[in-house]
Amino acid sequence: MLNRIYAIFRARNLEFIRDRGSMSWNIILPVALMFGLSFIFGADRAEYTVGVLQSGTEIDASAHPFLETRYIQFVVVNDEADGFRRVARHQLDLLMQIEGQQRYWVNPDSPKGYFAELALLQADADAGGDITKEQISGEPVRYVDWVLPGILGMNMMFSCLFGVGYVVVRYRKNGFLKRLRATPLRAIEFVIAQVASRLVLVTLITSFVFAGTKYFLDTRMDGSYITLFIVLVVGAVSLISMGLMIAARVTSEELAGGLLNMVTWPMMMLSGVWFSLEAANDAVRNIAKVFPLTHILDSARAVMLDGANLAAIAPQLIALLAMTAVFLVIGAVIFRWHPN
Amino acid sequence: MVATSGLERHLSHLNLVSVYALPAAQGNLTLLAANRRIIPMPVALEARKLVKQYPGVLAVDEVSFQVEEGTCFGLLGPNGAGKTTTVEIMEGVTPATSGEVYYYGSLAGQKFRQESGIQFPSTALQDHITVKETLNMFHSLYERKGDLGKIIAECSLGELLDRDNRKLSGGQRQRLLLAVALVNRPRVVFLDEPTTGLDPQARRNFWDLVKRIRADGTTIILTTHYMEEAEILCDYIAIMDSGKIISQGNPEALLHEHYQNVIIELPIDDFSGDLSGLKHRVLETQGVIEIETNDVNASLRDLAAHSTGLNRMKIRQPNLEDLFLDLTGHSLRT
Repeated sequence: MLNRIYAIFRARNLEFIRDRGSMSWNIILPVALMFGLSFIFGADRAEYTVGVLQSGTEIDASAHPFLETRYIQFVVVNDEADGFRRVARHQLDLLMQIEGQQRYWVNPDSPKGYFAELALLQADADAGGDITKEQISGEPVRYVDWVLPGILGMNMMFSCLFGVGYVVVRYRKNGFLKRLRATPLRAIEFVIAQVASRLVLVTLITSFVFAGTKYFLDTRMDGSYITLFIVLVVGAVSLISMGLMIAARVTSEELAGGLLNMVTWPMMMLSGVWFSLEAANDAVRNIAKVFPLTHILDSARAVMLDGANLAAIAPQLIALLAMTAVFLVIGAVIFRWHPN
Repeated sequence: MVATSGLERHLSHLNLVSVYALPAAQGNLTLLAANRRIIPMPVALEARKLVKQYPGVLAVDEVSFQVEEGTCFGLLGPNGAGKTTTVEIMEGVTPATSGEVYYYGSLAGQKFRQESGIQFPSTALQDHITVKETLNMFHSLYERKGDLGKIIAECSLGELLDRDNRKLSGGQRQRLLLAVALVNRPRVVFLDEPTTGLDPQARRNFWDLVKRIRADGTTIILTTHYMEEAEILCDYIAIMDSGKIISQGNPEALLHEHYQNVIIELPIDDFSGDLSGLKHRVLETQGVIEIETNDVNASLRDLAAHSTGLNRMKIRQPNLEDLFLDLTGHSLRT
């Protein structure tokens, strides 16, 4: 029995090791993720982000003992209205002012804001201070409202990338693509059919989930449903195109999995699915702009939470359309019908 | 290339004796029929100096041949001979390093795709899709449409229409793949090892199906490992080895050209003494002695002197398999 187990064990290992693409990605992916994450968040990852409302660009840590608290990223906020908006949208866990009258603002629906407030009050009490709490004007955004676009976007991302990319690789590997190649079907027709098929599925599923959360959780929707639907369609097409580009030549499902993970993980970390990137440096925030999911989430949140209209989110939509064009052109150029 | 036997069969089938004057530029062949009147046969498909070079391997080495309309052309060869690559270049699914494929005198293009049908040796179909849905999907890809009802009936798929592709037997699956190849009422059909893995009954059913397709005037390009299949179905064959065509012609003519003798077979167990004592060319394969002779009486006397009995002896004509082995030196399934 052991001989048989060993024979299968050995054969599978050889198969894996000799598939250089998959082997490489299994090594490269975790290393890249490790270096990437350390670059994004630094050695001491800040768990909380607190805005400091002041006129200058440098924060004087000696101005208040709270500013020396570890695991909190302090960022300068020069505009009060902008600071309030970011607190309301969970981009800042807390906003404090130490110039003149010492005061702070916190979103009552923010779990992280609650703990940041506790830390602030403790530090203030230790220093014998008397910082005062202020109310944010307008209705604060609940965390569920803020995170809903992220969850829907993440679901779309996986569905579009794996649902298209993996399937195309499987079709190529098992010869179905080769059979289609022998018909009058053109590559662009095949690609359009794949995009359309996945688009319909993703649109229906996302709309269904959105409607469910709206009904059961009464999630916030300040903007137009039509505008949000446009964001959904344009975003889904860009993600599907990305999946097709990745799958355009790959013949191994394991390599496809590695490549798809390589793009989905950074998007999950950098596009603002679960948390705001306020704590990250400018370079990281700029890198995040190359991902379609960043633009999808930014525009969806703008529509849902701020009531933005089509003109307000035009830059994000244009970025998504440009990415779609690039992905489709590259995908069409490098597309291969069969493995050899 | 002259496919005399196939032509004669074709002519007798159609009772055709008319004379056509087609331009030579279209590559038409002119043949003499039994009544000695000139009958031109259109060339449906032509390969001109096809070359396929992979890194370190010359898979196809300047292969040229023509396939006449309405005939069944067999491309034979051991594994690795280059026949599948050649056929895939003809089909347009693999680009040639050099050389051209002509379809009715013009470079094969979109018209060829509309009018050709292909059955690959192994084609995966979509999971969770039924036979009917598969046929409808492929049917929709062509502007040129075949009669699906007729195709379903011809391929005996009527009772399988609602069955998931994954639940088809080997023979049913091959019939579906052939039906898929016929959905556009093709003028040319490629059958690449269509009966590999089928049981004898399913194979013979498939042959009947192919004969019916050919009888409708469809041109067939067949690659196969089975010499019996080639003998039964093909009007013309080309034998490939190491990327080249080493012999081509009508099967009967090729056999006549290479063999004037008959073959006597006798189990080796029935021999006594030394085989070298026999006065004939002797070949031993899988426990059987094959003796090639043009004088059966003399050979039988010789054998009687060296064997313990001739009860299990067989006398047969050389077949394509003998020719194949003689030409390639390979076993068919190596």
